[in-house]
Amino acid sequence: MAVTEHFGFIIAAYAAAFAVVALLIAWVALDYRVQRRHIAELEMRGITRRSAPVRAEPALRTGEQA
Amino acid sequence: MAVADLANPSRFLTFANRALPWLGAATVVAFAFGLSQAMGAPDDYQQGATVKIMFLHVPAAWLGMLAWALMTVASLGTLVWRHPLADVAAKAAAPIGAAFTLLCLVTGSLWGRPEWGTYWVWDARLTSELVLFLLYLGIIALWRTVEDPSRAARAAAILTLVGAIDLPIIKFSVDWWNTLHQGSSVFRLGGSTIYPTILIPLLLMAVAFTLLFVTLQIAAMRNEILRRRVRTLRLLQASAVS
Repeated sequence: MAVTEHFGFIIAAYAAAFAVVALLIAWVALDYRVQRRHIAELEMRGITRRSAPVRAEPALRTGEQA
Repeated sequence: MAVADLANPSRFLTFANRALPWLGAATVVAFAFGLSQAMGAPDDYQQGATVKIMFLHVPAAWLGMLAWALMTVASLGTLVWRHPLADVAAKAAAPIGAAFTLLCLVTGSLWGRPEWGTYWVWDARLTSELVLFLLYLGIIALWRTVEDPSRAARAAAILTLVGAIDLPIIKFSVDWWNTLHQGSSVFRLGGSTIYPTILIPLLLMAVAFTLLFVTLQIAAMRNEILRRRVRTLRLLQASAVS
């Protein structure tokens, strides 16, 4: 069986492998950038993981005991 | 850093940031060496040059199954031990395993046409491999459907454990049924039936693909941990506003 006889199938298989691997790498890299950007945006707004949200205590009404 | 420390997501992120550049470089070197050996391998006396498709097809098939095996162990971690990184690992592995299984099916079809005269036949090996791919799609859909990660993890873990039945079926399908697909030729009792000039490049490519899988898996786990942090921060933001 000569190389040229089924050369197209071999090339197609390696091209498919390259495409699948390239897509996987691109998906992982882009996803990482997106998540990092989301975290940076949230932190810029002052939302950080270790900071508990500060809730304003309701004001006491006149005559109410603390 | 002890292995047990990696159970902590923050420590895992530190480990991932340190390890990924080295793993990426090792993967590139392994592929460069593996491909050079694969391209230099002699043609098979029966199949001719199409045997070069085997250097992609077989590692892709192995890793498609390995990813599901990893998800099975991780699912046990989710259901039994509630390990903090178990469902992160399972979720990260699903798209990677699906991609390798798809690659196995595509390269198998492209190998089958010149050797068998057809791109596809409904024999036990091919069909069970297709079932694995469909199971991967089901798991990915399940993760995307259920918004709460912990609920999604439990549902996906149960489906993963059920789907694990397909792994021995794929492995032994060529022994249990009369299939057009050839029998085991690498890992079998009595040793490999492949001549070393072809077997060694195949194993080198398998190492390269495995390194790629490990690199992608760690990177995808890092992404998933960050995604959950984003979710937590958004919940904190929403509770602060309300």
